[in-house]
Amino acid sequence: MAQVIGMIFIVSGVAFDILGCLGLVRLPDVYNRLQAATKCVTFGTCGILFGAAIFDGIFTATGVKALIGIVFILLTSPVAAHAISRAAHRSGVKLWEESVCDKYLDDQMKPKLTE
Amino acid sequence: MRFKPVRFLRWVIGAAIIAFVVFAAVSRPAPFYLKFLYILLMGCLMVLYRIFKGPTPADRVVAIDIFGILIVGFCVILQIYTKRGWYLDIGIAWVLQSFVSTLALAKYLEGKGFEE
Repeated sequence: MAQVIGMIFIVSGVAFDILGCLGLVRLPDVYNRLQAATKCVTFGTCGILFGAAIFDGIFTATGVKALIGIVFILLTSPVAAHAISRAAHRSGVKLWEESVCDKYLDDQMKPKLTE
Repeated sequence: MRFKPVRFLRWVIGAAIIAFVVFAAVSRPAPFYLKFLYILLMGCLMVLYRIFKGPTPADRVVAIDIFGILIVGFCVILQIYTKRGWYLDIGIAWVLQSFVSTLALAKYLEGKGFEE
């Protein structure tokens, strides 16, 4: 029974991984690509790790290692994504021509307008 | 958005290529866990396409970050297939190394030095 539940988690994780890579190829912009890829791939790899954790039982050596891996991914991946998007915006990468608003640019321009 | 036939044709060709590749990965005569490895390899091919083609350097940095996380999933499926526990150690180390290298590349993109 535990192997069936773990296999369900692993299959959903692999599906999320391939959808994240598809979004990385398909979407038109750096920020869109970052959004799709980071959410899907993080959830997918966390799903694979959680499936591997409950495949052999959580309180074994592999289960504890997999849970530590989940904690590390959940701590590090959003920080890295935020750093990449901030650096891309500051280095002057333009948005897609059909995107609607750019709040970060407005926040950067606001103190210059009030002075 | 206006309907563009060229863009629609490109979309159809791309979807057909991806469906063929995933079907070819699943239908190979292989053990059950190795099919997951083949599907993740196809994801790695898509990421490599974005690394080689990406118009700006930020695209390449995003693709390298995602590539590192895909390799972690690769290690986990190898651990399930071969029942050897040290693949998870490789995965944990790869997460931390990928995080540090991504932060360094983001700092490099931003155009400042490391002294902040």
